[in-house]
Amino acid sequence: MIIAVASGKGGTGKTTVAVNIALSLDNVQFLDCDVEEPNAHIFLKPRIEKTILSSIPVPEIDTKKCVYCGKCAEVCVYNAIAIVPPTNNNAGVALTLTNLCHGCQACSFFCPKGAIRERKKEIGVVEFGSKKDIEFIHGRLNIGEAMAPPVIRQVKGHINPRKTVIIDAPPGVSCPVIAAVKDSDFCLLVTEPTPFGLSDLSLAVELLHKLRVPFGVIINRADLGDKETERYCEKEKIEILMKIPFNKEIALAYSRGEAVVNVLPEYKTKFKDLFQKIAHR
Amino acid sequence: MKQIVIISGKGGTGKTVITGAFAALAKNKVMADCDVDAADLHLLLRPEIKERHDFKSGLSFRIKKRACTQCGECKKVCRFNAISDKFIIDPISCEGCGFCARVCPADAISMEENLAGEWFISETRFGPMVHAKLGVAEENSGKLVALVREQAKGLAENTGAEWVIVDGAPGIGCPVIASLSGIDCAVVVTEPTLSGLHDASRVIEVARHFNVFSSLIINKYDLNPDMTRRIEIYCKTNGIPVMGRIAFDKSVVEAVSKAKTVMESAQNAVKRSLRDIWQRLSVGNFKTA
Repeated sequence: MIIAVASGKGGTGKTTVAVNIALSLDNVQFLDCDVEEPNAHIFLKPRIEKTILSSIPVPEIDTKKCVYCGKCAEVCVYNAIAIVPPTNNNAGVALTLTNLCHGCQACSFFCPKGAIRERKKEIGVVEFGSKKDIEFIHGRLNIGEAMAPPVIRQVKGHINPRKTVIIDAPPGVSCPVIAAVKDSDFCLLVTEPTPFGLSDLSLAVELLHKLRVPFGVIINRADLGDKETERYCEKEKIEILMKIPFNKEIALAYSRGEAVVNVLPEYKTKFKDLFQKIAHR
Repeated sequence: MKQIVIISGKGGTGKTVITGAFAALAKNKVMADCDVDAADLHLLLRPEIKERHDFKSGLSFRIKKRACTQCGECKKVCRFNAISDKFIIDPISCEGCGFCARVCPADAISMEENLAGEWFISETRFGPMVHAKLGVAEENSGKLVALVREQAKGLAENTGAEWVIVDGAPGIGCPVIASLSGIDCAVVVTEPTLSGLHDASRVIEVARHFNVFSSLIINKYDLNPDMTRRIEIYCKTNGIPVMGRIAFDKSVVEAVSKAKTVMESAQNAVKRSLRDIWQRLSVGNFKTA
C-alpha cells in the first residue's frame, strides 16, 4: 500500500506525520520526495549505503554534422534550442539551453542529419539507506536546478510494492506535488486550523480530486486556530482522521531533529490506529 | 527603487506574515505574491481586484477519437507515459511537448493553448499589489512568477515607488529561482529547528548561485534558543547578516484569523521586532552575494 503525505501549505507537519507513521509500523519503505528540501533524513537518521546520480536526457548537437536547418529548434516547444545559420563572416551557432529542456527527444528524432545525441545532464542525486527495518530513499535536487519532477519520478521508480510505502511530498499544488502523490493508494493531507492552512488545504483537495486519489485530513496544532477547517471538512464530507494538539515537547523534539514517537511513545499507538483506519477503508 | 523577496526554502516559517508586516511598514511600495500555486498574502491584504488577466502557458493535446487509427506511433515516442492503451492523453502526465502530434500519421492529435491561470493587479489598504492564481495541477509556475515580477516592477516604475516587496514560494526550484531574478536582497525567514537551518542554508546557496545578496530573520526564535544560536553562528561564518529575531506569539495567529497584518494588532514584542527589522532592512546597503 502506498500512502502519500501532502498539504498545500508548508510547515504544517507533513514530515513529522510521515516519519512517525513510518516508525510506528513494520515492513516500511520510506520515500522523501520533497527533493528541493528533503528533511526526513534529519529525523530518521538512516545510514546511507548507496548514492546514484539523477539525470535528465538533454540534446547535444554535433556541429560537424549540423547543417543549421533549424528543424530541431522548430520542434522544441520549450525554446531550449537556438540555431543561427552561418553567414559569410560568421560561423553558425547551435545552442542548447539545457535548463529549459524537458527531455522529450523530439529534436534528435526530427534532425535530418542525425546530428543530435542525447547526453545525460545531472540535476540531483538519489540516496538509498536504512534505519532498523525501514528502507529509506530520498532525492536531492542540485542547487540552481529548477525542475524537481524528474528526480521525484526517479525516487518513485524504486517503490517496493510488497512493503508499506510512505511518501513525504513537497508543499504546494503544482508539478512536484503531482509527481509525488500520483498513483498513491491514499493521501494524508496535513493541515493547520488557520486561514492560510485552510486556503491551501482547499487547493490540495481540488488537486486530489483531479488525481483521483482517496484522502483524509490530519489537523496538526489543532488547538491553535479556529474551527473553520473542521466546518470545511464537514461540508465537503472529508474525514478528519486525526487531530494533534500543539505540544511544546513535540515542537522541541522537532527542532532538535527527533521523532515524536521517541519522546511521546503513546503516539506510536495513535499512528498504528491511523494506519489501520486507512488500510480498512 | 529596490526589490526584496521573502523566501525560506522551507514552508511554514512565516514568510507571508512577515511580508504582510513589511507591507504595513514600508512607505511607497508595490507588493507582489509569487507563491502562485498556494498564494496566501491576499488573505491578509484583502486586495480589491482592478485588473484581471488570463495566464496562457503551454499547450494541451487531445487525440480525436474518430481520426485515430490506433497505430501506436504516439505512444512509442511519448517519454512521459501520458498516452493510455485506449489512446487518451492524460493531461496531468502530459508535458505538452507535442512530439505525439508531430509523428501522428493520421493527423489525429489536436493542440490548443492552455489556460493555466490568472493574474491580477489590485489595490489594498497598503497600496498596489500584483498577484496570481495558477490553476490546480497546472505547470510553469516559474513563468507566472516572472510575469508577476515584471508587472510589479513596471507598476513600481510608473508610480515612482521605492520598494517592490515580494512574497516568495517555498522550496529551491522553479518558482523560487524565478522570484530571485533582479532582486536586490533576499530575506530568508527561518525557524530555530534543524530542518529550518538545513533548508535556509540550501536556499541561501541558491540565492548566491544567482548572485543575490541574502539576509536572515529567525522567527519563533525562543522555541529553541540553542538552535537560534547555531543559526546565528552559521550566518556569521557565511557572511549573512541577521536582521533580527522574532519571538513566538499567539497574537500572530489571532491577527491572521482577523485578516490583519501583525502591525495592525495591539502593541506587542513581535511588532517591535518587526519594526526594528524593517528599519535595518530599509537602510541596508545591499551588495552582491
